[in-house]
Amino acid sequence: MSPSVRLQEMIRVIRGARTQGEERGVIQRECAAIRAQFRQADNGTRSHNLAKLLYVHMLGYPAHFGQMECVRLIASPRYNEKRVGYLGAMMLLDEKQDASLLITNSIKNDLSHSSQYVQSLALCTLGCMGSAEMCRDLAPEIDRLLRASNSYIKKKAALCAVHIVRKVPELGELFTPASRSLLSEKNHGVLHGAVVLITELCERNPETLEQFRKAVPELVQIMKGLVMSGYSPEHNVAGISDPFLQVRILRLLRILGRNNETASDAVNDLLAQVATNTDSSKTAGSAVLYETVLTVMDIKSESGLRVLAVNILGRFLLNNDRNIRYISMTSLQKIVQTDHNAVQRHRGTIVDCLKDQDASVKRRALELSLALVSAVNIRSLMKELLLFLSSCPPELRAHTTSGIFNAAERYAPSQRWHIDTILHVLTTAGGDVRDETVPNLIQLITTATELHCYTVHKLYRALIADISVQSLVQVACWCIGEYGDLLLRGECEETEPVQVAEDDVLDALETVLQSHMSSPATRGFALTATMKLSTRITHNVDRIRSIVSIYGSCIDVELQQRAVEYNALFKKYDHMRYPALSTTALGPVSSTAGGDLLDLLGGLDVTPGETRSYHVTRPGKTLGPNYRLFMTFVSHSHPPQSVQLQMKAPSGDVIPAHGLGQVTQTVLLNNPNKVSLKMRVRVCYTSQDFVCQDTVQIDSFPSPAW
Amino acid sequence: MMHFLLLFSRQGKLRLQKWFTPIPEREKKKIVRDMTTMVLGRKPRSCNFLHWKDLKIVYKKYASLYFCCGLDAEENELLALEVLHRYVELLDKYFGNVCELDIIFNFEKAYFILDEFLLGGEVQETSKQVVSRSIEASDMLQEVSERPCSR
Repeated sequence: MSPSVRLQEMIRVIRGARTQGEERGVIQRECAAIRAQFRQADNGTRSHNLAKLLYVHMLGYPAHFGQMECVRLIASPRYNEKRVGYLGAMMLLDEKQDASLLITNSIKNDLSHSSQYVQSLALCTLGCMGSAEMCRDLAPEIDRLLRASNSYIKKKAALCAVHIVRKVPELGELFTPASRSLLSEKNHGVLHGAVVLITELCERNPETLEQFRKAVPELVQIMKGLVMSGYSPEHNVAGISDPFLQVRILRLLRILGRNNETASDAVNDLLAQVATNTDSSKTAGSAVLYETVLTVMDIKSESGLRVLAVNILGRFLLNNDRNIRYISMTSLQKIVQTDHNAVQRHRGTIVDCLKDQDASVKRRALELSLALVSAVNIRSLMKELLLFLSSCPPELRAHTTSGIFNAAERYAPSQRWHIDTILHVLTTAGGDVRDETVPNLIQLITTATELHCYTVHKLYRALIADISVQSLVQVACWCIGEYGDLLLRGECEETEPVQVAEDDVLDALETVLQSHMSSPATRGFALTATMKLSTRITHNVDRIRSIVSIYGSCIDVELQQRAVEYNALFKKYDHMRYPALSTTALGPVSSTAGGDLLDLLGGLDVTPGETRSYHVTRPGKTLGPNYRLFMTFVSHSHPPQSVQLQMKAPSGDVIPAHGLGQVTQTVLLNNPNKVSLKMRVRVCYTSQDFVCQDTVQIDSFPSPAW
Repeated sequence: MMHFLLLFSRQGKLRLQKWFTPIPEREKKKIVRDMTTMVLGRKPRSCNFLHWKDLKIVYKKYASLYFCCGLDAEENELLALEVLHRYVELLDKYFGNVCELDIIFNFEKAYFILDEFLLGGEVQETSKQVVSRSIEASDMLQEVSERPCSR
């Protein structure tokens, strides 16, 4: 029986095993037989035994005892044995194994073998698993093959050189001269290898990059030849002539043209030609167009060409192929900051992609939509985002809500719109919002004085409809406590009038207090609100008193403490009740336990002269495992001319998650004329892969400051 | 460059694994597990691109086999799809209407074909005919060297 059939027979037997245990048994027997065969003298079956071992290895079983056999087979003069030996070396030996060094000599010999197929084996193996030491040893050989051999060997030598340069970058200098001359080869395989090698050399060495800029005209010629050539059966893929080579040349031109006017100019025409002539009905053409667009956007192209590129991406957005829509959006994401207006033109299509079935496409569309929000489109775009929120996949909800809040904060056309938007988000996805949403919303409502009546009515209605969303319930309770008098008055300019009796309101608050859905914090809000109402209502103060006294013996310590204190207000300090519970005045940014974005701590250095320094600390947030922050700048809003601002570097640029650390950035403000100042602070940060922004306004500094 | 190329069945059985960077055996197994879980968990009409650590993952299903490769972040995903497709075409030409069983029982041939198409994680030959001819010639040489009288 021919040995090769025995290999297939073994495979058949292994596959026939009905249980894992049976398979293990078969394999153990086979491995024992293989081991025995390895120990024997050469009997012509060595290569087949190694092949069997490689199959067993692929199933996940240990095969290290075959390593020496690989070394032996590689050294054999017979091609069939070398072939399997080298395959085994690539599968079982990597640079970390000692045995790999033993094959260096065989490889060296085989690189000069009379048969190109043996040379090929050596080149392939070296290029796949050659260690730094082996690469150093054999680099001169590879250089020789780059210069003087047939195209079959040259193309392999070029990629082998790429591997060598990746392992030992200093050897790049050795290959630079040969790689330059390879560009004049006609053979596509060699050309492709040459372009890959030159790309690698240029990426690692700026001087080499400078040198190869002179090759740009030659590369342009080659590319033109490919694009304008007629049908070439050997390299044609769906109407494109050698898309693999075209893409690699485009990428090399990108590297050479980056930050260089001359090189960029030289390729402008070519890029326009490729962009307009390439048929993108199949993937091959789209791949070339995609690479062209990336190149146009990365080098110093003319503005007309950039617009053309963005339009290609816009066309991709409408493509039926989901892959093409996806890469279009990743590309648009990269350029949305630099070419904002051009991308805005495709906003409609991007927003449509929010409705795509594919989760990856949805995610990309969300990122892009958030990046495209502006003062002009905020109303229409927010409608789409809110629609998206109501049906978006759960893993995107938190990001969507924070994106919506940021956008609303930056571009809200009116306070009423802002409040409505936040309320809409809370009703739709209140469980997925950040901790500081509640204090932020409270702050917002407080400052919107004309809307207190409207807001309390709206929140009351939301509360009686549903008390399950904690964030919404908390804000509603707070609002009812603060502005309960406006609620009970009945009339409101902005909404339909509705009669709300004191009992109704107290019923609602009591429901929250008693519900098992309410968290302890929510109960705290509800209790405080109930207490505050004692100064806003007239008939039911006794009811309030009894509610409060019940909670004086509540199990929850926090709640109990509150209730006891409120009880005391009723009994001993009744004269203080009204002043203590009156409407909160507007104040500066407050810090809360939830982790407000900025916290003005004390830290005033009172030094002689007029410079004061403030330590602005950013408590570590509790979201997500990989939270990185870059505090980029602090800007004055309308700085008076006499005021000077100096920002020091932040103490770090990464905040660990889960509140495990903080970053401090010192800002020195010199205010010699003691002008009253407001300050707006914007913090830009990346969390996981998303770029986020938060803005906070500081309306007043503590009075001893100046 | 391509960091790895994996072929696995719908049940997650590995049929071919090519690694272009040195990785410890244990980590290879983990990567294979991660890839099979991720790819087999995808819905039928999803796009063929994924992100995993700092690599782009491109995969395509051909009959009962998944072809899955891991690429550097700057690689062109659409071109990677073409690379996978080219490899399938080469296998198809060699075996004549290739199916999973061909690759199971002739795994070493699948590797030999791959080694004429990719080298060091890069495409080495862009012409289908040249690759096919090289394989034929190598097979011929192998046949000759297997004969007992040859040295």
